[in-house]
Amino acid sequence: MSCALLLLLMSLALAMGTGAAVEIQRPRGVPLSKRQFYEENKPFTCLDGSSTIPFDRVNDDYCDCRDGSDEPGTAACPNGSFHCTNAGFRPAFIPSSRINDGICDCCDTTDEYNSGATCQNTCREMGRKERESLQIMAEITKEGFLLKQQLIHEAKRGQEDKQGKLTELQGSKKGLEEKVEALRTVKETAEDPEKEAKERHLKAWEEQKELLRMEKDKTRMAEAFLELDDDADGYVSVAELQSHLELDPDSDGSLSETETQVSQGQSEPPAPVETPQEESRDFVSDHDSDHYPEDYAGEEEEDVEDDEEDDHDEEEEEEKVTPEKREDDEVSMPPYDTETQSLIDGTYSHLQSLICDPECISICRNLEKEIGFDFGPSAEFAYLYSQCYELSTSEYIYRLCPFNRVSQKPKFGGSETNLGLWGQWAGPEGNLYSVMKYDHGQGCWQGPNRSTTVKLTCGKETVVTSTSEPSRCEYLMEFTTPAVCQEPASLDEVLHGHTEL
Amino acid sequence: MVQCSQYVLLRWHNTNLNKHVLTLCVCALRRQRALKPGQSPYRALLETLELTNTKLTLQLINDNNKVRLLLELYRLQGNMTRVKINELKPLKPRFEVPDVLINDPPTEPLSLLSRDENGVVLSLGADSQRLIVSAKPFRLDIMEGREVLLSLNSRGLLAFEHLRILEDGMWEETFKSHTDSKPNGPSSISLDFSLPGVENVYGIPEHADSLKLKATDGGDPYRLFNLDVFQYEVFNPMALYGAIPVMLSHSAQRTMGIFWLNAAETWVDISSNTAGKVRPTHTQSTPQTDVRWISESGIIDVFIMLGPTPTDVFSQYASLTGTQAFPPLSALAYHQCRWNYNDQEDVAAVDQGFDDHDIPYDFIWLDIEHTDGKRYFTWDPHKFPQPKDMLQGLLDKRRKMVTIVDPHIKVDSSYKIHNEIRSKGFYVKSKDGGDYEGWCWPGNSGYPDFTNPEMRAWWASMFAYDQYEGSMENMYTWNDMNEPSVFNGPEVTMHKDALHGNWENRDLHNLYGLYVQRATAEGLIERSGGVERPFVLARAFFAGSQRYGAVWTGDNAAEWEHLKISIPMCLSLSLVGVSFCGADVGGFFKSPSTELLVRWYQTGAYQPFFRAHAHLDTPRREPWLFGPENTALIREAVRQRYALLPYWYQLFYHAHHSGQPVMRPLWVEYPQDTATFSMDDQFLLGEDLLVHPVTEEGARGVTAYLPGKGEVWFDVHTFQKHNGAQNLYIPVTISSIPVFQRGGSIIPRKARVRRSSSCMEHDPYTLFVALSPKRFAQGELYIDDGHTFNFDKQKQFIHRRFSFANNALSSSQLEFEFDASMSVLTLRKPGVNAGLDWTVVLQ
Repeated sequence: MSCALLLLLMSLALAMGTGAAVEIQRPRGVPLSKRQFYEENKPFTCLDGSSTIPFDRVNDDYCDCRDGSDEPGTAACPNGSFHCTNAGFRPAFIPSSRINDGICDCCDTTDEYNSGATCQNTCREMGRKERESLQIMAEITKEGFLLKQQLIHEAKRGQEDKQGKLTELQGSKKGLEEKVEALRTVKETAEDPEKEAKERHLKAWEEQKELLRMEKDKTRMAEAFLELDDDADGYVSVAELQSHLELDPDSDGSLSETETQVSQGQSEPPAPVETPQEESRDFVSDHDSDHYPEDYAGEEEEDVEDDEEDDHDEEEEEEKVTPEKREDDEVSMPPYDTETQSLIDGTYSHLQSLICDPECISICRNLEKEIGFDFGPSAEFAYLYSQCYELSTSEYIYRLCPFNRVSQKPKFGGSETNLGLWGQWAGPEGNLYSVMKYDHGQGCWQGPNRSTTVKLTCGKETVVTSTSEPSRCEYLMEFTTPAVCQEPASLDEVLHGHTEL
Repeated sequence: MVQCSQYVLLRWHNTNLNKHVLTLCVCALRRQRALKPGQSPYRALLETLELTNTKLTLQLINDNNKVRLLLELYRLQGNMTRVKINELKPLKPRFEVPDVLINDPPTEPLSLLSRDENGVVLSLGADSQRLIVSAKPFRLDIMEGREVLLSLNSRGLLAFEHLRILEDGMWEETFKSHTDSKPNGPSSISLDFSLPGVENVYGIPEHADSLKLKATDGGDPYRLFNLDVFQYEVFNPMALYGAIPVMLSHSAQRTMGIFWLNAAETWVDISSNTAGKVRPTHTQSTPQTDVRWISESGIIDVFIMLGPTPTDVFSQYASLTGTQAFPPLSALAYHQCRWNYNDQEDVAAVDQGFDDHDIPYDFIWLDIEHTDGKRYFTWDPHKFPQPKDMLQGLLDKRRKMVTIVDPHIKVDSSYKIHNEIRSKGFYVKSKDGGDYEGWCWPGNSGYPDFTNPEMRAWWASMFAYDQYEGSMENMYTWNDMNEPSVFNGPEVTMHKDALHGNWENRDLHNLYGLYVQRATAEGLIERSGGVERPFVLARAFFAGSQRYGAVWTGDNAAEWEHLKISIPMCLSLSLVGVSFCGADVGGFFKSPSTELLVRWYQTGAYQPFFRAHAHLDTPRREPWLFGPENTALIREAVRQRYALLPYWYQLFYHAHHSGQPVMRPLWVEYPQDTATFSMDDQFLLGEDLLVHPVTEEGARGVTAYLPGKGEVWFDVHTFQKHNGAQNLYIPVTISSIPVFQRGGSIIPRKARVRRSSSCMEHDPYTLFVALSPKRFAQGELYIDDGHTFNFDKQKQFIHRRFSFANNALSSSQLEFEFDASMSVLTLRKPGVNAGLDWTVVLQ
């Protein structure tokens, strides 16, 4: 002992016997498949090969192997596992820490051989119950699968129908259009002189408009530049651009340098423009922040406005508030002479009434939308489309309209809450069609927008079986449908695959 | 409106616009702070001096208004001095705090050494300590030899607003929509203390601030006023949920304590002649810290604990207010909480989740939503229709539950608890005599008067198994909102003119929370016939609350700053008696990043009260929801906690037995090492484990300070040895929890981590013996049944001392392996009984 002895590990047993019962066939906790590694009276080599120990140290309640393999039947190794045979039910591995912890884990009671816990052997009972439920499940699966075949068949027919109808509608529309085209040719030939006059008129107008536009662009750019050039040094710096959040394309609240460069790159290089100082001041003091996007974005004006409109209702309001300004921006083309006008009007209103029957258009759109949905590999979920399923709880009525929305309505009055709109299939890899995700529901106070996850399980009936709210405003719905039933394995296979008899 | 024509509003700087904006009329503080140091108007009337066996009394007179005060001085056993100052003849009695001291502190005789017209000198007995009473101006100095340890009123800030008769108008103060009728008028008190040679003061929790207290010159004072603060900020002297008016001073020479026994709103001003300055090396001026205490009402009753060591101060304070309740062992294990586990199925699923992911836990908690409409002592009939089945399910796995019982009671004539409290007249009264009502979780609520012993006895009886329906022996209690929280009250608490019997809430506000926890703990003891130890968690607390259970740092947030501040917050509590402290793991408000959550588990695993908790509006965060790698990291942190439970239990036994803190700042064990004095990013558990949690986002390494010249420290994971008195850079990965065991110590662990601490009851102990450079080590092991009072009443426990000395031990039957590369010796199955004498000799 000349080496520095620094740390000493020592186990103290409280008065507790090890009292190992006699295992005849194999050491306690060893599965049949590993039996050959535990040969009595021969040195035992840890299953990871890390060391070899005398056989009497196997299951001696002291952990020798790093992989825990020397103590399959005791709680000594932190990473060990114990095998319960569970005759009559299915075998299982449990963590070693559950051996003799006073809690019955193995249905054959073998994990509690020295804890004083009184465990009942429940394997037979559990086996019976499992077989029963497997049987029931197998029957459900079988019937469900048959129903599913029907659903697939119907879906296929339905889809064909719909496709056919769409094609037909589109075809008839096309026919109409062709007729109109023909009519138009006839008309136009007859109306050539009129057409020329119209074109001349149009061209002159376009030229005038172009002039107006160029002038306006120039002024606008100057104003924009002065606004951006915060320190009035005649150059627009990156920092100055970053201080203008309205230029922030990803709306993350800050303008990164990359973003800044992009906006600089896209707009024309800003050059100092001779603009009277007062004018720009006036603009700055008069401006309404809602006008910023138009005024700064230059050529991107249209895009920016479109994007913004979705997010900002104020913008729309602003448009209504300042109609003069709008009119000023879009000087409308002066009308043709009245004769030309009435001729064109007459012809077009007649043609439009033929092609643009609104009812027909809406049918077409709906059909296109429905055909566009992912109703599963064989369209087996198509039957859920435009259906709704309800579940009533003590407080609420929950309503699931697949591929559309989920909602919740208080039973005793109060308005309906949107718990999410159809998002996408969200099952795990290999089982994508087992989970539906609905999101962007009504916002929660201090929380996210409501969303619902719908878990689909095989059943003969299509029904919502439960709802819950595991996290605030995140709902979970259980839904059975034949559409997820898999082709059943034969009952014998199911049972034998799970039982070590 | 006579006293306070102008209001001083302190506006707490809250960033979130949603939170209550706390404003406060602090007339008393304004008046008191307006006093400038200088000539005190108080003079001691030496002719009134009386000296008895137990105390000295002396009258003081304010030469400005001729009002007389009565000074009482006591020499207390255990090197303490008590100074009490009250009005000589108050118009009516002033409030003196009851129920905090565990007994009338035993005194020692004082003796008069000398006396002249300028003052008197008294002997304080041992250590050549003297107390000098100067007459004009009045001043007290406590000396040891030629050294002044501490002076009172040396800056002349003694102030005592005497009670008087209202001549015209009203005392009333108004701010925002709240009116304080102040029927007794101004009544504040103040006294200053000077601490020569002292640069470091600690304590006066609860504040989300550094361990070492800061000078308050030019800023707000540290405020002690129990409040339900919405989204508190860190590094701020603002008042939080609890208040312990105890300050420790420390220098390399001496540790002392000041216990200001007053339960009214209190402020502490600290100034230091060295604060914020590089210590002057060229001048001779000694450092000095000046402290001033101000309270809104009551009397001056201050205990000066003279140390001289940190251990002495802990013992002295424990002798006054008692020690930490010895918790059931399982309460030291891991707690899983959330606002809220929704229903019985949810509870069962979370319970199963822990088993499926092989993560141990002992307690699952139910927040307010489990009740029937926030009526405490009841269950929501839809969500929890069969509470006993649920509890039995947990019991079958040897696990436990905590349900919340808050002190606000729904005003509802169909609610039994309310009806009984109302009919017995147990509610706090408003100034006009009716039951005081305020808004809290249930809506309109009453507040039981826990200061009334009859009320407490009745409350305790409500925890009986036949009263609290659905309760079982594995169900324990959480008292939240016991500041008390009143949503529509001033600063979200009770009106100061509300009445507890004859006393205003103003007088005893900070004491309310202690009484709530006390009554509940007594209920849990009674329901078991006095056999079982209770476990009660409370948010508000006062001096003495340590006797009744655990506290936590309230509604923190899922932010790195909040993880960091949990260390000084619990250290500050530990220094003043409250060892059983923790912070919500993960942060209560907001949602933690996965990294923050993992780091918080790793930190929480080494803090006394280890509970994960989350706000209702946050996404779920059970440990297995963040992918297998993070599940494994959290599992490992929790398992480290479980393996170390024998050591935790032993530390709590000591905290209970002798008042020594479980979690300690380094300076407590290395009082002369000035490098440790302001350290609060690492701490000691007992004296043998040093923990430096990783609390920085994206950390690649931490620098831990290993204290002690000649000391060695072993990394508990790698057994690598490091020398003491050095800053050690430790590279870290996301799995690292830097923990070191002191060479010379023996720490018991249980290596078989099971699904709950109860399952590990009969498992063997593993001793980790870390040798000192002199090849010596000692340690101990404390074992009892883990949950009853039998350790105390029947002395049923095993407490062994281990020592390793003289280089060689073993017994012939022992086999051992020695791994030279790691310097680790493993004794294989020594087969000794932990309860018997034995010697193992290595040869």
